[in-house]
Amino acid sequence: MNIGNLLKVALNALKRNKMRSLLTMLGIIIGVASVITMLAIGQGSKKSIQDQIASMGSNMLFVMPSSMRTGGVQQGSASSQSLTVNDVSAIKTECDAVIAVSPEVRSSGQAVYGNSNWPTTIYGGNVDYLEIKSWKVVSGRNLSDNEAKGSAKVCLIGRTVADELFGEGIDPTGETIRFKNIPFKIIGVLEEKGQNSFGQDQDDVLIAPYTTVQKRILAQTHIQSIQMSARSAEESALAMEQVEEVLRRTHKLRENEDNDFQVRSQEELSTTMTSVTDILTILLGAIAGISLLVGGIGIMNIMYVSVTERTREIGLRMSLGGKSMDILLQFLIESIMLSVFGGIVGIMLGFAASQIVEALTSWPISVMWSSAILAFVVCTVIGIFFGWYPARRAAELDPIDALRYE
Amino acid sequence: MKAIIDISSLKKDYYVGEVTVHALRGVDLKINQGEFVAIMGASGSGKSTMLNIIGCLDRPTEGTYILDGVNVAGMSRNERAAIRNLKIGFVFQSYNLLSRTSALENVELPLMYNSAVKAKERRERAVAALEAVGLADRMGHMPNQLSGGQQQRVAIARSLVNDPVVILADEATGNLDSRTSYEIMSLFQDLNSKGKTIVFVTHEPDIARCMTRSVVFRDGHIIREEEIRNRIVAGEVLEALPVEED
Ligand SMILES: Nc1ncnc2c1ncn2[C@@H]1O[C@H](COP(=O)(O)OP(=O)(O)OP(=O)(O)O)[C@@H](O)[C@H]1O
Ligand SMILES: [Mg+2]
Repeated sequence: MNIGNLLKVALNALKRNKMRSLLTMLGIIIGVASVITMLAIGQGSKKSIQDQIASMGSNMLFVMPSSMRTGGVQQGSASSQSLTVNDVSAIKTECDAVIAVSPEVRSSGQAVYGNSNWPTTIYGGNVDYLEIKSWKVVSGRNLSDNEAKGSAKVCLIGRTVADELFGEGIDPTGETIRFKNIPFKIIGVLEEKGQNSFGQDQDDVLIAPYTTVQKRILAQTHIQSIQMSARSAEESALAMEQVEEVLRRTHKLRENEDNDFQVRSQEELSTTMTSVTDILTILLGAIAGISLLVGGIGIMNIMYVSVTERTREIGLRMSLGGKSMDILLQFLIESIMLSVFGGIVGIMLGFAASQIVEALTSWPISVMWSSAILAFVVCTVIGIFFGWYPARRAAELDPIDALRYE
Repeated sequence: MKAIIDISSLKKDYYVGEVTVHALRGVDLKINQGEFVAIMGASGSGKSTMLNIIGCLDRPTEGTYILDGVNVAGMSRNERAAIRNLKIGFVFQSYNLLSRTSALENVELPLMYNSAVKAKERRERAVAALEAVGLADRMGHMPNQLSGGQQQRVAIARSLVNDPVVILADEATGNLDSRTSYEIMSLFQDLNSKGKTIVFVTHEPDIARCMTRSVVFRDGHIIREEEIRNRIVAGEVLEALPVEED
């Protein structure tokens, strides 16, 4: 029998049992739809985390103090005061894979303007700090080099702090606020970044010269961390090596001593985070995949029933000249049709469900066309795999026995 | 006369567990073109077994079978399927039409398995076959919309459509009342007079008298073979039969 006739025969057989065909397809429809939706959810969170990390500065590296063993006693990292402005200068002059470097100091406290006050965090950096952290100024200007080095009482204000102290959308450039009782003149407003993937409000910040925060607020000489940009994401590993080498020297560490600092890169963080979401995606997909598998077993079940029910038909077709291959293909195509039609409906339903989930939960959703293609291929494979045994049983029937079957 | 079927010392054994059933114990049978042969005998004497082997549905345990000049005894499953498709027409006791499938599509079925016949020709031949059995006005009907006799006519049209060298009927009138049986026999006589070779298994001596020769089986042997004298013309019997009233 040629393929056109086979398709016609299979289609007629499905039409003859409309309700049963629909119910069988339902298993596949639900399976495929849930796989598509789950992958869209997983992929969506991966993409949003990647976007977040990129918005935090893509080639970013940073150095933090780490616990150091002194005479077998482990000191907490918070107590470590190993990083200084000298380290920053050393990195700036010696590490050629690092294109920008800034010290970072921070302090939490109350910001006050008139009758309003708001708890926030002030970050101290140098001229390059904004660029390294991918901050943009929407109004006003960046810190100048003189201000950064000369502990000027100026600051840039995050959108949240501005809203809380001055009111929604008001541009407070030129006003003066107090932070821990020190007056700061606002020289610029930072562009809004929104929440990061941990739910933190990134706009709840003030940025001031590191010297100001160090001397006037914290009264300390060390810095809390060093923030840097590598020339490119590819060179961030090289930059990390160079920074480690320089810091080991400036910290006068001997061969056998552990680092009293740790160098981290956004790149690393990004890989860790995306691998977490990859695992999440696989997990969600696998759970949904099980329902697809159950759908496939449903097809197999119905195909067995169908073969048994139609034993006489099979015998008749054989007696009229149907070869084993014709019978095999007839049933195989029927089961492929069930799963592929189910798959197509499932793909559409999955896309719709993804949109609905997005609308109802405001989770980031990212529907992948590749998952639709994958679903299609998987459905065909399911059709062949689960249709094979029933179809082969049909093809191997003896025509005389089949004709006599009651 | 050309021999369509030439069978010699043919045996068929069935093995059921430890027991061997000798269904056919050495049969010689020659059927010429244009014959209308009745196969008769008691139940279990091997008639259906014989017909299944003639129809290449089954293969003999021993012996030779030449169908239309081709030795088919040793053929594979697929080869036999191809032979059935081209050279054999079957008519069954229980019609065996596909349900929820129109008469026309049922008749087209054998040609679906012959890739040499294209869709247009297939349709034309099926229409012609249905016209030949007097169902020109019932082509679109489903089997459940047809009487038993009409269903059997569709089945006969299906057996004709591939223009087989022999039509094999196993108790084709077994499910029908006597009036309808004679209608069907009249149709078979008609086909036979146009040159079709027919082999027909039946229990009923009256039905057998519509044919040209009878072959009687007992215990897997042919015990008697004779030309039928004073043949019945089914059409005449029909006219003589009282029209049923109710
Ligand atoms: N598939 C089979 N397996 C085992 N034995 C079988 C099989 N088919 C037929 N037989 C045996 O072969 C013998 C002949 O059977 P067959 O069906 O040919 O009889 P028949 O003449 O057609 O009878 P009836 O008039 O009742 O149809 C019987 O004894 C039967 O039991
Ligand atoms: Mg029989």
